[in-house]
Amino acid sequence: MTVMPAEGLFSLMWLLIALPLAGAAILLFTGRRSNSWGPYLGVLSVCASAVLGVLLLIEMMGLPTEERAITQVVYQWVFVGDFTVDLAFQLDQLSMVFILLITIVGSLIHIYSLGYMSHDPDKRKFFGYLNLFVAAMLLLVMANNYLLLYVGWEGVGLASYLLIGFWQHKRTAAAAAKKAFIINRIGDVGLSLAIMLMFVTFGSVTFSDVFGSATQASEGTLTAIGLLLLLAAAGKSAQFPLQAWLLDAMEGPTPVSALIHAATMVTAGVYLIARSNVIYNNAEWAAMAVIVVALITIFMGAIIGSAKDDIKKALAGSTMSQIGYMMLAVGLGPIGYVFAIFHLVTHGVFKAGLFLGAGSVMHGMDDNVNMRRYGALRSVMVITFITFMAGYLAIIGIPPFSGFWSKDEIIHAAFERGWFIGGAAVLAAGITGFYMTRMVAMTFFGKKRWESDVHPHESSAVMTIPLIILGLGSTFLGMALLFWGDIKSWLEPVVGYESEPTPLPTTAYIGITLIVVIAGALIGWISYARREVPVDAPSGNWLTRAARRDLYGDAVNHALVVAPTNYAARALVWCDARAIDGFVNGSAAVVGGLSGRLRRTQSGFIRSYALSMVGGAVLVLLALLLVRI
Amino acid sequence: MDPVYYIYLATILFSIGAVGVLVRRNAIIVFMSVELMLNAANLVFVAFARMNGNLDGQTVAFFVMVVAAAEVVVGLAIIVQVFRTRQSASIDEPNLLKY
Repeated sequence: MTVMPAEGLFSLMWLLIALPLAGAAILLFTGRRSNSWGPYLGVLSVCASAVLGVLLLIEMMGLPTEERAITQVVYQWVFVGDFTVDLAFQLDQLSMVFILLITIVGSLIHIYSLGYMSHDPDKRKFFGYLNLFVAAMLLLVMANNYLLLYVGWEGVGLASYLLIGFWQHKRTAAAAAKKAFIINRIGDVGLSLAIMLMFVTFGSVTFSDVFGSATQASEGTLTAIGLLLLLAAAGKSAQFPLQAWLLDAMEGPTPVSALIHAATMVTAGVYLIARSNVIYNNAEWAAMAVIVVALITIFMGAIIGSAKDDIKKALAGSTMSQIGYMMLAVGLGPIGYVFAIFHLVTHGVFKAGLFLGAGSVMHGMDDNVNMRRYGALRSVMVITFITFMAGYLAIIGIPPFSGFWSKDEIIHAAFERGWFIGGAAVLAAGITGFYMTRMVAMTFFGKKRWESDVHPHESSAVMTIPLIILGLGSTFLGMALLFWGDIKSWLEPVVGYESEPTPLPTTAYIGITLIVVIAGALIGWISYARREVPVDAPSGNWLTRAARRDLYGDAVNHALVVAPTNYAARALVWCDARAIDGFVNGSAAVVGGLSGRLRRTQSGFIRSYALSMVGGAVLVLLALLLVRI
Repeated sequence: MDPVYYIYLATILFSIGAVGVLVRRNAIIVFMSVELMLNAANLVFVAFARMNGNLDGQTVAFFVMVVAAAEVVVGLAIIVQVFRTRQSASIDEPNLLKY
């Protein structure tokens, strides 16, 4: 693939990042003064980026397919001997999709936050962090080399940390922020090692150089790079075994959960693998590892989502599961990359809508997140209900809502690889139907189970308008991208596309999937809408209890990492106190004791000094004599 | 006369001076003993100058005398000052400068 230099409108692509970055800088450096006008500036900078993104899309659609990868070098960043890294952006079909998702969904969530955060005393800080996140995420997807991608990767991690812990006076929020940051570090180590390995193997870290010479490297090296990139992706995208942080990350404000922990940042891992498709195409085992991780996470997320009573945590479980679908698709190779990105986009839209809907519900219910205290909200919050239903039908994959098209393509691609992977994907789709129905039934249907002093109401227009737009997106985006936007041929030049024959016709798989999904939804409906939902959670079976504790993710981490680290730290403290300090303090005590005795010779009597002088002189004389002899 | 006897004499004088410094308490006597040691050294210089047949030793002896004279001035002044403040010329009395 040839990469063209940026000309015309494309030479403005750096502004995409610069605008939100400038917004973040202004908001964070002006301090409390900007509390009144700051949020509007934050919204404006992201909206301007979104407008520029749309203009760039129109410009790009006018170009012939092979000229759509455009690069812009801002300046030479690192130069050591032959090794150079530029601060350079690459705009191609893949990053274009991400730019539009990030800026448009980001704009909607910024607007929604105007209403959601209107009473917060630190709202300018919130918008500053959100701007910082958008800038870092755009840097991540626009970088033309892995080192610059790493900068964006760390930037989104930082923004995620700051925003999860935005209400840092809550101990749980502060702890969740730290947890997210620390678990992400483990993944980041994988990414940095992968970059080093690429540098050693290829002598360069730019995408074009690495992918251009990837086939010359040994399969072992490519597998190692692929596995390290998978570790990075697992950390950022909350995939097994680094999934534990995402559920706690729901401590952050709901718009943050919608933007960062549902729509954009957590999909960075999928982007990383899709971007590195050349490596995975040549490293079969690494791709297989991606599939295994994805399948485990799909089920973990779905099971956790089925048991949580906290509406945001249930959505977080579903996010894990849906990102698992994307990871599964990228693990499938060229038959799946396109659909992974397709599902990523549709999921970004409908999950953002679902999260914002959950935020709207919480807003009306005095920030109560317990779904057992909801019920019968459909008549009170009509707009929230309708948009939430659009997101609900999209995520479980009912035609013609957008999730149907993308998830169905992934399931079909999984069946192209084999019946086991395909069957697992279908089964998980059934569980999706169950837990999403459970959530909708507990929230909007059934009887009122509200706390006595709660008076639910519909949110203001500044919150419902983004909900309506996202609801429309949840409904029509899938069809629009598939039939009008032709996303397959749009992405094919970057990530490749192949199709393999399947034993059954396509409609058969659609039928099977739909039957399983509707069965799951029916079970959910019978259990939670037809039957009374108890206000106090019943103890449940062993699986429910395990899922309520995040399938023991924290317990495993504690047993495998935290406890051994604590023991090692204690052992080191003992070594430090006893051995090292003992040696230092002991030698000091010896010197101190000796000098305490030696100084007694300084008696102040002149004649004793004279005696020692004479003695010394005699000794010197004797020594001289001895040497003579 | 063999000049080596001067060396013997100087040794005896030096030893008397050294013992005087070590055993006597009166500052004046100690001072005199120091002078005795200096002069013993002078005697050795002169004797060696004679033995070696050049004037280097005698020159040094003059230097020693001049330095000794200067030292006497300083030393006696200190002794007088100490005596004025303490009403004593004992060398063991001023022992404040110690550990």
